[in-house]
Amino acid sequence: MLPFVGSLASVFMLATKSRAVPSALAGVVAFIGVVLTVSLYPAIAGGDVLKLDVAWVPQLGLNFTLRLDGFAWLFAVLIFGIGFLVVLYARYYMSEDDPVPRFFSFFLAFMGAMLGIVLSGNVILLSVFWEMTSIFSFLLISYWHGNAGARDGARMALTVTGIGGFCLLIGLLILGNIVGSYDLDKILVSGEAIRAHTLYVPALVFILLGALTKSAQFPFHFWLPNAMAAPTPVSAFLHSATMVKAGVFLLARLSPALSGSYEWFVLLGAAGIITLLLGAYFAMFQQDLKGLLAYSTISHLGLITTLLSLGSPLATVAAIFHMVNHATFKASLFMAAGIIDHETGTRDMRRLSGLYRYLPVTGTLAMVASAAMAGVPLLNGFLSKEMFFAEAVETHADSILDRILPYVATLAGAFSVAYSLRFIHTVFFGPKSNDLPKPSPHEPPRWMRFPIEFLVVVCLIVGIVPSLSIGPFLHTAVVSVLGDATPDYSLAIWHGVNTPLIMSVIALVGGSALYVVLGKYLSRCDDGPPVFRRLRGQRIFERILVEVSWHWARLAERRLGTRKLQPQLRWVVATGFLAGLLPLYLSGFETRPFVLSGVDPVFAGLWLIGICLAIGTAYLAKYHRLASLIMLGGVGLIVCISFLWLSAPDLAMTQLLVEIITTVLILLGLRWLPKRSELVDEQITFRARFRRFRDLALAVACGIGMTFISYAVMTTPVPDAIASYFLQNAYVQGGGRNVVNVILVDFRGFDTLGEITVLGVVALTVFALLRRFRPAAEAMAMPEQQRIQNRFDEERPERSAGDTVRDYMLVPSVIMQWLFPIIITFAVYIFMRGHDLPGGGFSAGLTLSIAFLLQYLAGGTRWAEDRIRILPVRWMGAGLVISTLTGMGAWFLGYPFLTSHFQYAEIPLLGKIPMASALLFDLGVFMLVVGSTVLILVALAHQSIRINRLRVVEAEKAKES
Amino acid sequence: MEIILSIAIGVMTTCGVWLLLRPRTYQVIIGLSLLSYAVNLFIFGVGGVKTNVPPILDEVGSAAHLADPVPQALVLTAIVIGFATTALFLVVLLASRGLTGTDHVDGRSDRK
Repeated sequence: MLPFVGSLASVFMLATKSRAVPSALAGVVAFIGVVLTVSLYPAIAGGDVLKLDVAWVPQLGLNFTLRLDGFAWLFAVLIFGIGFLVVLYARYYMSEDDPVPRFFSFFLAFMGAMLGIVLSGNVILLSVFWEMTSIFSFLLISYWHGNAGARDGARMALTVTGIGGFCLLIGLLILGNIVGSYDLDKILVSGEAIRAHTLYVPALVFILLGALTKSAQFPFHFWLPNAMAAPTPVSAFLHSATMVKAGVFLLARLSPALSGSYEWFVLLGAAGIITLLLGAYFAMFQQDLKGLLAYSTISHLGLITTLLSLGSPLATVAAIFHMVNHATFKASLFMAAGIIDHETGTRDMRRLSGLYRYLPVTGTLAMVASAAMAGVPLLNGFLSKEMFFAEAVETHADSILDRILPYVATLAGAFSVAYSLRFIHTVFFGPKSNDLPKPSPHEPPRWMRFPIEFLVVVCLIVGIVPSLSIGPFLHTAVVSVLGDATPDYSLAIWHGVNTPLIMSVIALVGGSALYVVLGKYLSRCDDGPPVFRRLRGQRIFERILVEVSWHWARLAERRLGTRKLQPQLRWVVATGFLAGLLPLYLSGFETRPFVLSGVDPVFAGLWLIGICLAIGTAYLAKYHRLASLIMLGGVGLIVCISFLWLSAPDLAMTQLLVEIITTVLILLGLRWLPKRSELVDEQITFRARFRRFRDLALAVACGIGMTFISYAVMTTPVPDAIASYFLQNAYVQGGGRNVVNVILVDFRGFDTLGEITVLGVVALTVFALLRRFRPAAEAMAMPEQQRIQNRFDEERPERSAGDTVRDYMLVPSVIMQWLFPIIITFAVYIFMRGHDLPGGGFSAGLTLSIAFLLQYLAGGTRWAEDRIRILPVRWMGAGLVISTLTGMGAWFLGYPFLTSHFQYAEIPLLGKIPMASALLFDLGVFMLVVGSTVLILVALAHQSIRINRLRVVEAEKAKES
Repeated sequence: MEIILSIAIGVMTTCGVWLLLRPRTYQVIIGLSLLSYAVNLFIFGVGGVKTNVPPILDEVGSAAHLADPVPQALVLTAIVIGFATTALFLVVLLASRGLTGTDHVDGRSDRK
């Protein structure tokens, strides 16, 4: 947990400029980690396991289990130890200009995630930490996010390891299902059962995908060199001790459960051997220091993978040993490369030369470390490489892979000698280089060098006295992995003259010879190995990404998507129809007796007209908009009558009023729609005919379906559920006799509040949309009727423009003006009686807005606005505030939101009036409805005035041009 | 009564859906209005079809025989919201017409 806390703590220091504080914090965290881990050693030295179990999602078998055994301990020490050294190094490496706290924050978080992988006792938890390392490594690699290389490298690392992590999760889930538990201990002991299971191969493949991507094994190796764009401390930490080690750690961890099968050997062995050889081969031809180290890392990981693939206990010992050794010498080499980069300003080996005279100490340290990398005797790399050679000679599973292994191993060994030699020889020896970006390199600060010194000393100690230094720790780790199968092994330096020693000698001599032969070519050649130079994993990866995320996506969009509305609506309708049909089809349709009795002939006649009107509306909507609109209004009126007929006076009233307003609204809009195009060719193509027929069939199907469902629903006796509650309590609790109104303003008041808010939002949206409205060019001209009338007026000297309209409207407008006070009174009446009789805020609001609307119609927009000033937005605001405050008023009396209170008040002249607080709420509804409706209507009506201005502007523009 | 109402709902649905699938914006807005009539009537019908018993309580008498007020309250809300969406759609229609110069739903006419 400690690193995460530290990470969070350094987040709070993001603003600081200093390097010292965050690095000190990170250093302290890592150091405490080291001390704590070391102090736990006695507890696990005897092969015991420390466990911490916290229930997390027990229903799913997920526990937050941390377990610490010898192997995990060894890794924890590596993580904390090397982490501490890298922090120390980074303290000097990072420049003042970089956001240092962010670096340490990511760094510590990554450290914590890595530790989580090592310590997880539950495979799902492990997978979670695994993903976290991918994410934090992404953040670390892209730390210099101004650099395109860093961004690309980070993205590639994230994509590859992220996909791998997903595969791992699948694999672990399968594994958990096979075992019946996600607990690591249970999985480890049921190796036999797992290998015998039919799902073993899929599980193995998925887990291997996860591990191989993480450890940059062929064919997923390409992300690692690109990740070298990261700051060097990151490379030193991620690519020596942690990130890439997570893959091989997992393989070693799960090897008791998974290894030993032929599939394991072939898959892992092939990947490992190819990686070992290719990595070493590629490393020789790199010109970038870090590139060389990156490929060498890949190669060494290939070595470890190969060892693990063999499945023998001795090979596992060698693998674990090499993990530790590689971490130590590679971390120190990365840091040395970082120092060279820091001091000279370049990592290109063609430019670096003769640095020994400037950096003698660093040079010596690097030499020792690369000697360890090459496997020179008396250093730790030699020991594990010897063990590897010994295992390579042994036959494990007879196959081509197994037989070529000794030769491959020797060859790879020779390559690694060659690139190690090259690293040292080109950089530190030879003539003094003249074209360094920073001309006079010098030794780095004392404490920047210390981590390398420390690690190199470790290499030496382990290499010279292995059994005294690493021996016991290694033994604990091996026992915790292998258990009873722990073989006898010896860590001695001298085993006598045997095959591995001969192989080592061949590798050393061959490697040196190789370097001597190739040296000239290498110092001049381009970056990357011959032949393979053109074939780059990165290119292939990007090609694939482009293919998947661009071409395939486009193809899918083209095939499956459409930008046209009609097909979308068609799908919506068809889906809706099927969704309605499916339950009926599945549960069967209960036939109902068809009853014609009780049909009122008047009602039937009414709807006969209604049906005709509806069909007429549909038929005429294309070319005769006005007629269609009138017919639509007719249908609306018949619906309204039906409501009245069927005991819903409130609905009838609202429907009528809404009908009026909607019709006016659409009438206002009609002016801006295009005229019928005379050019439409009369022949209708077959396609169009087919399209129409298909739509008609769909529409008829929906209609028939709705008929059946409605009939079924209406003839089903209504279960006595909620209706009777409202009927019984409307008066007792709500104080109103009109149950519908009481429901709206009292029982379901909150819904109504939401609804009026929506209404207000719509009104404001309409207003906003119309403010920037520009009509189409052909709608800019004056309507034909207006032009004719104006011409008539202009031709006669005694008339002025607009007189004709005024004459036409004279009688209606007088009536409308007289109606104004009457309608207002009516609105108040409807409002006041709403609680007891049909009416209420909605209808009253609509009525009042009709009153305003009529004034606009009577005298025109200008005339109306000269006389009455309506401020719709204020009405809306006031309404919303009143409703909300009324609702909140209940709080002050200790009731929940919108609880209403009522009593009857005696008011002079009016008599007994119900005074419920719901009335106040209704007042808010009323005001908001007035405001919104008027705002919408006025905004639309104003377009005719705006267009005059627009016309002037357009005319001026035309004149100018 | 139920059968008439059902047929009416069916016809209005048919006309509404047909118009909804047409290419002109005006047809779509009219279709939506028709469809909302049908849906409102349908929701209203869920509460049962009764004549002459509006859910308005009088001084005495039982309330049990009155029409179901819940669908009525729902439909009342639906009518008002339907008005709001029609208004919004109308304005979008006009704006689209102004911007694209056509009243096709996609903002451009396709081939016949």
